[in-house]
This record gives sequence, C-alpha cells and structure tokens, in this order.
Amino acid sequence: MEQEYYVCTGCALLCDDIEIEVADGKISRVNNACLKGVARLKECEKPAECRVDGNNVSMDEAIKEAAGILKNADNPLIFGMGNSTSGAQKKAIGIAKKLNAYIDDTSSFCQGPVIEAILGNRIKTCTLEEVKDYGDVTVYWGADPSNSHPRHLSKYTYFPRGKERQRGWEEDRTAICIDVRKSDTAIICADKFYQIPPQADEELIDALIAALSGKVPKVSFGMGPKKILELANLLKKAKFGTICVGLGLIYSLPDVEPLVRLMEKLNEVSNFHLIPMVGQFNMRGFDHNLHEETGYINRAKFGENGVEHGPQCSVVELLRTKSVDAALVIGSDPMSSLPGSIAKELSGIPVITIDPCVTMTSAKAKVSIASATTGSDSGGTAIRMDGVEVDIKPMINTNNLSDEEILSRIMEAL
Amino acid sequence: MTNALEIYQLLPKTNCKECGKASCMAFAAALLSREVTVDDCPPLKEDKFKENYEKLSGMIKPAGEASESGMIVHEDKCIGCGNCVVACPVNVAEDPHGAGSGKAPTSENVILRVEDGVVRLSNVNQCRRFGKNKIMCNGCIVTCPTKAIEFV
Ligand code: SF4
Ligand code: SF4
Ligand code: SF4
Ligand code: SF4
Repeated sequence: MEQEYYVCTGCALLCDDIEIEVADGKISRVNNACLKGVARLKECEKPAECRVDGNNVSMDEAIKEAAGILKNADNPLIFGMGNSTSGAQKKAIGIAKKLNAYIDDTSSFCQGPVIEAILGNRIKTCTLEEVKDYGDVTVYWGADPSNSHPRHLSKYTYFPRGKERQRGWEEDRTAICIDVRKSDTAIICADKFYQIPPQADEELIDALIAALSGKVPKVSFGMGPKKILELANLLKKAKFGTICVGLGLIYSLPDVEPLVRLMEKLNEVSNFHLIPMVGQFNMRGFDHNLHEETGYINRAKFGENGVEHGPQCSVVELLRTKSVDAALVIGSDPMSSLPGSIAKELSGIPVITIDPCVTMTSAKAKVSIASATTGSDSGGTAIRMDGVEVDIKPMINTNNLSDEEILSRIMEAL
Repeated sequence: MTNALEIYQLLPKTNCKECGKASCMAFAAALLSREVTVDDCPPLKEDKFKENYEKLSGMIKPAGEASESGMIVHEDKCIGCGNCVVACPVNVAEDPHGAGSGKAPTSENVILRVEDGVVRLSNVNQCRRFGKNKIMCNGCIVTCPTKAIEFV
C-alpha cells in the first residue's frame, strides 16, 4: 500500500511527510515528526471545554454568548489566528469588517516587519525546496531552530541531499550561526558560530557591509576585523545563500532597514535570500490574508471610512491605552506571550477564546470555545514560513468544530 | 556527551581505591567506557553522596542498553530533529530519496528513524562502527544538538 503522509502543524515549517497510526479513533503514533510536532498532534494534556464564566455550557450557548459580547462592544479586538487555517483567518477578517473591529496578530510584535518587506519586494526570498536543492550557505541569525523548528536543518538547509548539493553537509554546505549565546544550533555550526553581545546586531550588520565593500570592518565589542572578514568572505563566496532570521535579530533592530541594507549589499556581491523563522504554523498566512484584504499585514481597524492602520492599532498599544472593550482571541495565548503588565489589561475586559487546549488565556476568559486541532482533527490550507501554500488534511474524525466553522457560526449569530 | 572530568566531579574524590582502581579519575574513565558500573564505588552509596549517585546513574546508561555497535541513545534528550537520520551515511546510501534527502525514510534498511518524536535504531549491524571492519564514523554524534547519542 502506498504510504499516506500528513502535515504537521507544530510550527510554520509544516513538515509534510508525517506518518500516523490510529487506534480507537485516536492518534496512537506519529512518525517522522519532531517531539514538538508529536506534542501538538497527539491530544492536548488539557483539552478545552465550552465554558461561560467558568461553567460548562453547550457549543450553541457559548457561541450565542460570544456573539452577544462582540455585538455589545464599541471597540472589539480580534487577535491571534497564527494557529488557524487561511479559511478561518478570512472568516475572522470578515467578522472584524462587520464589527468595525481592530484586528492584529502576533506578527505585530515579531516577524511582521520582515514579512511586510518580503511582500513589498524589498527583500529577496526563496522557497525551502530551493535551499535544499541549491543552498550552500545558510545563516541562522538570532534563531535557534533546534528548539523552535527542530527539523529545519535536517529537512531543508544543512543535512539533506538536493539537486546541486549531493556531496553531503560536510563538503557541500556551510551552516553559520550568529547569536548572543551558544545555542543548540550554534553547537552544530561549530567553528562557524559568531557570538555577539545583546543589541549588537545592527553594529555587526554595518561591519559586514563595510567588509563586503572592501573596507576594514570595526565593531566596539570583542570581534576582531579578521573574524568579521572571514564571515564576510563566507557570505561573498556563497552560490546560493540564505539568511534565516529569528526573533533574536528582529527584537534587537529598531526596524527592518538594517536588514534591507545588508540584503542589498549581499546581492551586489553575492546571491542571498531571506526566510523569516515564523513560529505559529500559519502566522505568515494571516499576514498574507489581511494584506490581500487591506494592504496591511497587521495592526488594522475597520471603520466606516475604510481601514485605519498604525502602531496605535497594535495589540500591545490597544491594551496599554485601554482602547478596546472586548477581545476575541483565536488559537493564541496572549496572557502568556505578552509582557505581564500588558497581559493583565485583558482581565479587565470580556475575553472570548477559541482553542483546542486550555491555555492561560482561556482559563481566565469569560467565554471559552473548544475547537478542533488543525492538523490532527481538521484541515484547510496554510502558508509555510517561506510563503508556500500547504494543504492540510485531517488525520482523524472528531465531533469538534474547526475554528473556521465556529467563526462562521459566530458570524451568523451577529 | 558526558566526559570523564564531568563524572569525576561527582565522585567522592577521596582516591580510597575501594573500587579496585588506582584513583577516582581512573574510576571515572572506566565508568565512561562501561567497564564498571556506578554501583562499583561503595562510598558513593553513602547517604551524603545520594544526590551525586542519582545524577551519575542518570548520566551513565548501563552498557547492556547499548546496541551491538556500542551506540546508546538517551531518549530523554532526543528531540526528534532528525539530523542524525539525514546525516548517517548508511541511511543516505540505503535511502537517498527518502532519509538522505530529509524526508520520511522510505526503506526498511535505514539504521536511524524518528518514531513518536524520538530516534529509534534498527539494522545496527549496518552501522559503520559495527563488527571487526568498523570505522570511526561519527555522523550521528556530531550532528546531534542535544548530545543524545553516545558510543561506548
Ligand atoms: S519541525 Fe515543526 S512542522 Fe516539522 S515536525 Fe517539528 S513541529 Fe512539526
Ligand atoms: S571507590 Fe569511589 S571514592 Fe574510592 S577511589 Fe574508587 S571511585 Fe574513588
Ligand atoms: S555511527 Fe555512522 S553509520 Fe553508525 S549510525 Fe552513526 S552515522 Fe550511521
Ligand atoms: S540528532 Fe539527536 S536529537 Fe536529533 S533525532 Fe538524532 S538523536 Fe534525536
């Protein structure tokens, strides 16, 4: 029998070669996925239940209550959706439009600027399949995929044999790591690990640009010109280079401009692409979908006179300035991912969550709605970290509604 | 991977020779190569070394769990990244378009594969470290980010 493969929704690498075994209607074994993926695809430790004010209710009641809260709110916020299919994201955008609501996602405080620059053609990118077939130099900058995307190196960038990379990782490929600490990924990169102090990324970028322009590079921290020139030479000699950008880099830059500068210089002297190390499996999809609808990737508010956009519409600002009076949180856990002082503002307003598992946010929410886990219980499409659309088919049948179905029902009830 | 010095730090460091070795350092080296077991150091079983005894027992898997090629997989450390699966030259030769290209193995002949998020061994007699013609391959060791693979 031909082996059937499924997609893992454990992270935005969306590995598409997952084998499963099913017993008694449950997933009993998941092969080829990393431990992180297995944890996502097997049942959650604490599956969510539909609750209102802490009491168990039926799905219908939970949806009715959720719609009531959203209808009564003057300035509702819709947030999350990185763990939702594109279909569900489009439904959420539809609800935001109908309610004149704010809508934002985690890209607002992580990979957003990079994805915006890619969508605006300011940064050259490529697919992971191209990296596998042609990539000879891969730089992990402020990223530790061994922990965040465990199969990144084995499936695409460093270890696999590809069309023009048949001689193996020892001969054919170079993996470089630039980070503030010796991460698990840095250990694999061995002597190609370049340690820098926190917040020194922009300085190193400018030193690299100098080196690539034939000038003597200088930085204020303990990295001599020789070491920087050696790194610049590795980059210059690349036939097909890729920089995989992690949050460590994004958080240390004031904006995306230094990266744009570096990519421009690299493409004068070499051939470089950039791939954002997106975390949640379809965060990039949300940015694409909202962009299609509004021209913006996040931080938007629908209104009578069109779409407002700007930092004032970001989830952090909205909560900080107490500008929203209800929140619909979909497949996300802002209580644990936002800074404490901001997250606590969520306790002051009615919150509705849609999630397959109990999270810190759903435990405190006024209304929590239990959904199917995309990937194991329900399917759809998602956009991988490199912009490639991936079809997800469900692994098992459950009675749980997908978040797309739940959002459709909320829309009907509005 | 654990080294002799790390082991030594957890021993009583009294060089009492009760284990039959000349020093605690010699015992540490013997423990690393599984020539002796943690239990062969009597003082270590005293109450005051309880914590170290437990740490060492966790660190040193008994040689009985090693495969015929001497490989020991610390399953509690493995994250299922598959680096070793894709890097192993035998896997590449046996399954160039599956395991060797980063995808799910498509051949039964591979040595390493990931099941339920943890690496599993099969066909260990194919490992380059196996038997009398063995060569010192270390593909799976150097590519493991968590040091989950060890040879004794
Ligand atoms: S790397 Fe990501 S997508 Fe791939 S198996 Fe692991 S969690 Fe799933
Ligand atoms: S018995 Fe223990 S304490 Fe004594 S020499 Fe051997 S290892 Fe050291
Ligand atoms: S030692 Fe070499 S041949 Fe044996 S399992 Fe490891 S990588 Fe494969
Ligand atoms: S490289 Fe290490 S962590 Fe990764 S699958 Fe192999 S043993 Fe496990």
